[in-house]
This record gives sequence, structure tokens and C-alpha cells, in this order.
Amino acid sequence: MMKAKSASLTSMDSARDPEGSAVIQIQKLCVEYAGRGFGQGPTLAVKDLDLRIGQGEVFGFLGPNGAGKTSTMQVLLGFREATRGEAFLFGVNVRQPIARQRIGYLPELTYYYKFLTAEELLRFYATIFKIPRSETERRIDALLDLVDLGSVRKRRIRDFSKGMQQRIGLAQALINNPDLLILDEPTSGLDPLGRMKVREIIQRLKNEGKTVFFSSHELGEVETVCDRIAIIHQGELRVAGRVGDLVAKYHTDLEKIFLQIVGYRAESSS
Amino acid sequence: MNTISALAGVVIKELYRRKDFYVLFVLTALITVLMGMMRFFNDAKIIGYVKEICLMLVSISALVIAITTAARQIPAERENRTIFPLLAKPVTRGQVLVGKFLGSWLATGIALVVFYLFFGILSGSHENRWPVLIFLEAFWLQWMMLSVVIALVVFGSVTFSAPSANITICMIVVLGILTVGEHLNQVAMQQNQPVGSIISMIYFLIPHLEWFDIHKLVLFNQPPVPWVYCLLASLYALGYTAVFLFAAWLAFRHKPLTA
Repeated sequence: MMKAKSASLTSMDSARDPEGSAVIQIQKLCVEYAGRGFGQGPTLAVKDLDLRIGQGEVFGFLGPNGAGKTSTMQVLLGFREATRGEAFLFGVNVRQPIARQRIGYLPELTYYYKFLTAEELLRFYATIFKIPRSETERRIDALLDLVDLGSVRKRRIRDFSKGMQQRIGLAQALINNPDLLILDEPTSGLDPLGRMKVREIIQRLKNEGKTVFFSSHELGEVETVCDRIAIIHQGELRVAGRVGDLVAKYHTDLEKIFLQIVGYRAESSS
Repeated sequence: MNTISALAGVVIKELYRRKDFYVLFVLTALITVLMGMMRFFNDAKIIGYVKEICLMLVSISALVIAITTAARQIPAERENRTIFPLLAKPVTRGQVLVGKFLGSWLATGIALVVFYLFFGILSGSHENRWPVLIFLEAFWLQWMMLSVVIALVVFGSVTFSAPSANITICMIVVLGILTVGEHLNQVAMQQNQPVGSIISMIYFLIPHLEWFDIHKLVLFNQPPVPWVYCLLASLYALGYTAVFLFAAWLAFRHKPLTA
């Protein structure tokens, strides 16, 4: 089933990534927001961003608030159109919905139909991916066990705690057994146990050869799980590379590298 | 089609897990039953009045369910941000619109079936007549009319920012069409130019929802209308539904969604 989908993805010549092999390919991406007030010009949220993420990488996308991370993710997920430039998922232009067939997405906060039960929610998303019924039930069982929600599968999401909602979010992101997982601040608002669970899942996906692209402000966590990172500031890519290489180059830890790149000066040193 | 039916299924589930429908049904049933129990001046034709009130309540309740259900779909998806995990899947915005429309229409249809069953039982038990065919036609035509209304509301929901504004405007437009729509051409003839031409144009552009109303035939136990008229009315409704859904898609397809 998934192979058939892959074949249909690669057959779409009209919207192919010219290099073809990257899981995520972003080329000269610009995202502009129209000015809100009278006489206010447009704001450039992302400027000429180039990024290429390969198969099996765990990639951390970092930057302070308002740096352009969310705008970039919005383009990748089809929530917003790029002003200029192109983005591709598995070689398919993100403007085509089929580009999202092989991805899983976990938003920063939990946004699900609160009147559905945990298993109904997963069944709904499985239907969208056209997963056969028997396979759907098998995956629902496995995913609910994975996120420790098996015992509350018939409970409505409105009765879930924040941590439980984040875990059902993770389960829905994995329902199609995605080859690329996009996580927007996946551990935000989670307790230490929840964070550990997310880390374990990312590690497991990495071991299975899946690609993970995530934004986070938890730099310690990024350092632990990421192969490569990119730091974006004021819409521009400031640095990208392997975590170990960057630490060696700057002779300091990731947090200090980040603060240096975004131009932070501690009050005592000024 | 899988995606559209899954989206529609969620809308239907939401309707029967909310209290709106049950409240409206209980109110309609209560008012009608109470009216049926009363005796005004020993009038033997009281059942006619009760039937009329019941049909009016059914129409109003169905309209309220249709408009409020359809109006909250897209804004609620955006406000609760459920649209983000949804559109991050291989789902087009067109599918979201059609799924929401279909769900609202089917949900309203289910509510309408319950209302008409209640009305049928009430009417049949008092008159000892069971004119199933005319009831079926009345239900069908009303449901078709509601498809136009729901498509209009879906269009409104991607145009207006607040659902309350959409509900108010759509309610006024629909009630306006139902009450004065058929008289607009006569009004146009009495006006000077260019007002007359503008009113005529409005008369020919608006969907004539009043054409779907056969409640008087039901009330006065008239024979059913020929099925060919029902078919033509259904095609007319489908045409307007398609136009409003297309307009909604044009308005929604490139709309940026901010997280």
C-alpha cells in the first residue's frame, strides 16, 4: 500500500525536487506577511532559506521566538504558501497534498476533536490515510500501548490531561507509520516522564531509519537526540551542521552557541 | 471519498454528542403535545392548527440546526486549531469544505427525519390518516432546500471572521428569501429605474427557497406533487449548492492559516 503511494509520489514529474533524494528540500524560501496597519509594509519572516535534510536524520530546527521556524513549518505542511522559493517533501512540491502522505505531524499544543474518544480519533486519521480496517485496529492497539493510553482508549479527549493529550497527539502523528515526523516543540508542557517518552520515540524512529524534523527550545534535549541542527534568526539561516562539529568549532556547548548566534549579551557583561 | 465521508462522520458525531438537537426536539415535542391537549372554543378543527404549529416548529428547528451546525464547522476547526493536524495529512481544503458540508447536511437530515416521524405520528394518530407520500415529499424538499442553506453558510463561514456574524447574516438572508423572495418581481415592477432592474436582478439571482415549501399541501391533506417536480427542485437545489461550495473553495483555497 505504502509502496504504491511512493510510486505515485515519484511519478509526479511536474513538481519534482531536482536533486530528488532529500526527504526535505527547501530552496530560497521566502515568507512574507502583509503589513497590518495603514502604510505598514510587509514583514519578511523567512529570507532565502536553503535547507536539505536526508533520509534517517534527526534534525533540530532552532531559533528564538519569531525567528521564522513556525513560518517555515507552515509552508512545509501546506498551511501557508511561500512568497518565493520552493519546498519539497520526498521530492514532491509541498503545494500538492500527496506530499504529506508519508509524514506525521505533532503540533506544539494539542488540537484534537474533544468530543471523540482516543480510539475514534486515531480511526478517523487512519481513514484519511486509507489504511485497511484490520490494519487500522492493529495500529491503534500498538500506538495506544506505545503512548500508555491503552486503558483510556474509550475515554473522550476532553477528559484527558495535558500530558495525555500530547501523547494522543504523538499517536496520531504515527498512525500512518510515517517516514518523516515533523514535531513542533514536542516536549513543551510535558512532565519529565512525558519528555523521556518523546525522546525514546524519537530514538526508536531514528533506529528504524525514519527522518525526524523538529523545533525546540530545549537545547539540552536537542543536543542529546539530534544528528544535525540549523539555527535561524530574524528569518535567516545563521548556522547549520552536525552538533559535534559545531561544538568543536565554537569550543562551547550548544546553548552558548545558540546565544552567541542570536546576539545575546548577558546583563553582567554589558 | 474516504476522506470526505470521514470528515462528514465527525460532524455527525459532534451533533449527536451535543445537546442542541435534543433541546430543540424536546421543545418542539413539548409545545406540540401541549397544544394538542388544549381545547379552544370546542373547535373540532384544532388539529389543523396544531399541525401548522408543529410544521412551523419543525421548519424553524431544522433551519436553526442547519445554520448553527454549518456555521461553526470551519471557524471551530480554526479556533480549536484542529485544522492543523488535519491539513498536515493528505487532505485538500476542498475536501475539508465538502466533508463539512456533507456532514452538516446529513446531520440536519437525521434531525429532520426524527422531527417528521414525530409530526407523522402526531398527525396520523389524530386524523387516522397516514399520507406517507406527501410527508416524504415535504421532508425531501425541505432537506434539499437546507442543502442550499448549508452551502451558503459554509461559504459565509470562510468569508466572515466571526461565526455569530455569519449565523445572523445567513438567518436574515434565508428568512428574507422565504418571506419576500417570491414577491420581489412584483415589487420590481412598481419601482422606477434603476431600482426596479436591480430588484429584478436580485429576484433572478437568489435561490428561491420558498419553492421547496409544500407545507400547505400537507396541512390540507392534498395529493402529493408529481415526482418530476421534486426531481427538478432537487436539481435546482444541487445547482445552487454547487455554486456556493465553489465560491467557498475559491475563498478558502489560498487562505493562510496561522498557528
